[in-house]
Amino acid sequence: MPIKVLIPTPLRPYAGKQSVIEVTAQTVGEALNDLVAQHPDLRKHLFTEEGKLRSFVNVYLNSDDIRYLSKDATPVTEADTISIVPSVAGGA
Amino acid sequence: MALEIPSALLEQLRRHGEETYPYECCGVLVGAFDEAGGKKAKAAIPCGNTRTDSPQNRYNISPAEVVRIQHDAMQAGDDIVGFYHSHPDHPAHWSATDLAEAHWTGCSYVITSVEKGRAVLTNSFLLVGSEEAKRLEDEVIEVIA
Repeated sequence: MPIKVLIPTPLRPYAGKQSVIEVTAQTVGEALNDLVAQHPDLRKHLFTEEGKLRSFVNVYLNSDDIRYLSKDATPVTEADTISIVPSVAGGA
Repeated sequence: MALEIPSALLEQLRRHGEETYPYECCGVLVGAFDEAGGKKAKAAIPCGNTRTDSPQNRYNISPAEVVRIQHDAMQAGDDIVGFYHSHPDHPAHWSATDLAEAHWTGCSYVITSVEKGRAVLTNSFLLVGSEEAKRLEDEVIEVIA
């Protein structure tokens, strides 16, 4: 089913300058796979060479971190929105 | 390229640093990019610092807050254009930790030094380059009325 993925500003150059991309998926993992299939340049910005999400990349299904759901296997519905947000941190 | 920010917003984020002193404050700048790559901030959204283990020299914004802010900004036709935090009793310049933990290429990282509870200098830095070769460059802040 179609589902929306919100792309953060730093990743848009690798996603055809789009802020929202529609993917077809039944799970979060399928959604991310479809996303990088549509925009292969995104892959290295989202995943390690081993295929795991990079440590500073957070993926949310609506308002929930997929790490606390069923990760890649988390089911999605047409009403859901996936958000990708790099972490925001630092300090003196 | 510069970060354009209304004076009231600049004052707001500087005051946030005074309010949380001796701990670091943090927040998100929402606004718009122009075609030349410059940015205009329309709102400075204060966030909680989740680094309760070392809040005097570290900050972290909950990704859940960033997700919500990004969603609301995009609904309004805007975007996240940057972030701000304070350096209590430390210069208004990025640290090695700031660079290591910066991942929003093209966005502004605004830092205010707060000395003995008073906001002193506010500087902005632009994150450029790929994750493997990233750097923070000095960025002009244009204060508008």
